[in-house]
Amino acid sequence: MTQKRTPLVNLKNISISFGGIKAVDGVSVDLYPGEVVGLLGHNGAGKSTLIKCLSGAYQADAGEIFINGKKVIINNPRDARDQNIETIYQTLALADNLDAASNLFLGRELIGPGGFLDESKMEAETRKIMARLNPNFQKFSEPVSALSGGQRQSVAIARAVYFDAKILIMDEPTAALGPQESEMVSELIQQLKKQGLGIFLIEHDIHNVMKLCDRASVMKNGLLVGTERVGDVTEDDILSMIILGKNPKVKV
Amino acid sequence: MNHDPKPENLASNQMGFLARFLNDTEIDTRLLGMLGALALIWGGFHFYGVIFNNFGAFLTPRNLWNLSVQTSSIGIMATGMVLVIVTRNIDLSVGSMIGVIAMAMGLLQVEILPQIVGIGHWSIWIMAVIVGLIFGALIGALHGWLIAYREIPAFIVTLGGLMVWRGMAFLSAGGRTISPVDGTFALLGGGPYGAIGAWGSWAVGLTACLGVAYTIYAGRKSRIKHNFRLRPKWAEAMLAIIGWSAIIGAVLLVNSYPWPKGIVKQYGAKIGQDLEGTFISHGFAIPVLILVTVGILMTILVTRTRFGRYVFAIGGNPEAAALAGIDTKWVTMKVFALMGMLTAIAAVIASARLNSATNALGTLDELYVIAAAVIGGTSLSGGVGKIYGAILGALVMQSLQSGMVLIGFDSAIQRIVVGVVLVLAVYLDILYNKRVK
Ligand SMILES: Nc1ncnc2c1ncn2[C@@H]1O[C@H](COP(=O)(O)OP(=O)(O)OP(=O)(O)O)[C@@H](O)[C@H]1O
Ligand SMILES: [Mg+2]
Repeated sequence: MTQKRTPLVNLKNISISFGGIKAVDGVSVDLYPGEVVGLLGHNGAGKSTLIKCLSGAYQADAGEIFINGKKVIINNPRDARDQNIETIYQTLALADNLDAASNLFLGRELIGPGGFLDESKMEAETRKIMARLNPNFQKFSEPVSALSGGQRQSVAIARAVYFDAKILIMDEPTAALGPQESEMVSELIQQLKKQGLGIFLIEHDIHNVMKLCDRASVMKNGLLVGTERVGDVTEDDILSMIILGKNPKVKV
Repeated sequence: MNHDPKPENLASNQMGFLARFLNDTEIDTRLLGMLGALALIWGGFHFYGVIFNNFGAFLTPRNLWNLSVQTSSIGIMATGMVLVIVTRNIDLSVGSMIGVIAMAMGLLQVEILPQIVGIGHWSIWIMAVIVGLIFGALIGALHGWLIAYREIPAFIVTLGGLMVWRGMAFLSAGGRTISPVDGTFALLGGGPYGAIGAWGSWAVGLTACLGVAYTIYAGRKSRIKHNFRLRPKWAEAMLAIIGWSAIIGAVLLVNSYPWPKGIVKQYGAKIGQDLEGTFISHGFAIPVLILVTVGILMTILVTRTRFGRYVFAIGGNPEAAALAGIDTKWVTMKVFALMGMLTAIAAVIASARLNSATNALGTLDELYVIAAAVIGGTSLSGGVGKIYGAILGALVMQSLQSGMVLIGFDSAIQRIVVGVVLVLAVYLDILYNKRVK
């Protein structure tokens, strides 16, 4: 991961405010193929808002986005999908009244003969990917409102993984998962990383960050505190960046 | 048969008979509830007549045939209202839209087109209908644009529409009644000539029976192909038999309602035969066939197309729909345009049936339409609704209305009942949803 390579994603000086409050203030982060970059920070630091500028949910007030070195404009979620960016939102973004398959293919439905939805094919595909991600999952015909928090989360993960993303954004993907399911997500992250995906991982559990991430970017009050290679710092270094908002290495 | 036994299947052994029946046939309890309500209303009005007037007028071919015609225009609008309410909106303007669209079509075919193409020209009714449909779609699109792109609440936009379009209906002809409408146009409203007769009804009925059989067969084939849970064979057979009986029953019913003597005589004179005393069946009325066609097309739109899927996704979680790349504003605008177009179809039927266009046509229809959708299981919190439910709901509302007319309730009492039923239907929906959750 030499810095000479072009980054897969380069977010430059991204700023966005809501009614005068600067949620993200001039933050720059980058991501290389086959790399996992952790985004850390206390609640309300601006992590979700930053990645929503990349996923097309928000449009940044200022700043630029480069994908593979090329400047791109992402105005809406469709633009992001066109760039092979898939997102697991913190809120999961599921339509509660629809079943797992409908949610998985939402906005990208499979169309069969006659231009009609190919429901059976979509359900069959959903069964396949869920068997990989969460073998215990059986509730295919119920609306996702009838699922547990963890089951809902696996549907959201399946949706992001199914469509061959190059860039994956995971906003607290294991928040609602049990230990076994969390472990499967960790394995999934490592496997996707091997396939060359770039992953932004928002995660509060510092152990998971140390285990899964190559680098960690820490935010506080909308500002970037710093980005460090996980191998070069200790857990305590990162914790102090999160809590004090100071980069111990820079101070030295 | 079932490759991945699910808990619900294992449990079915311990279920009661009714629960197992419902589980295996996949009939929802809501449908049963509506059929029960319908039976209660029909029986209630009929026996009220038997007891107090010595004559039960409700369960007669004549009344049921008229009921089917009256249900058509409300039913057609109710299918559109399902989509409107599913997307967490409301349309209070449909009654007024009927008025203004009917006036436009009336003026066109009675006062404008005859001057251009000549009186009684064959193309008049077609042009009137097409212009009506376009006009309806445009009004709906305007509402939708204000709601989706200008972000004015649907309640306000369509409440304004309720006033504006009724006012326009009055202004368009200075309050005059426009009649009579074009002869062919009038057939779209039903009546003895606007029905397809005994043989036509049998043809439609048999086609429908084949349709039911094919739907069940194709559904089973697709489930087998993908290894999904199958209905037991007996349940499939039961569904087919229920469907066929309902269809054949309907055909027998409409065929047992004869033309009135005067019409038979008139028709005989026209074709130069003495038909005195001949039994000529009405058969299905054209507006009913329009309703059935609209119902089928709307069901396909809702369940089998992207558009339908997006409508429900928006209702379930607008934010999630937008994040999935759905253009929620455009979909919302299309829903209202569709509502406008369906309202235009209803306006065709209503004015054709009356053989005239009046500026008061469709007054209070919005209440019946909304009540029909809600009774049919459309949830006001959005995301849930069924087309067939709305049509059955329209039948329930219209049964109430015509039953009250039949036993001589005056319009003041009718309004009170409709108002109470509307509130009650929403309350029951809330209770039902609480129990489900
Ligand atoms: N749509 C919005 N409107 C107004 N303010 C917002 C909006 N979205 C985020 N904010 C504000 O921006 C700031 C950053 O929020 P964000 O959701 O990015 O935090 P976060 O780092 O993801 O926190 P958490 O760990 O709790 O998920 C917060 O102060 C929040 O109140
Ligand atoms: Mg967040």
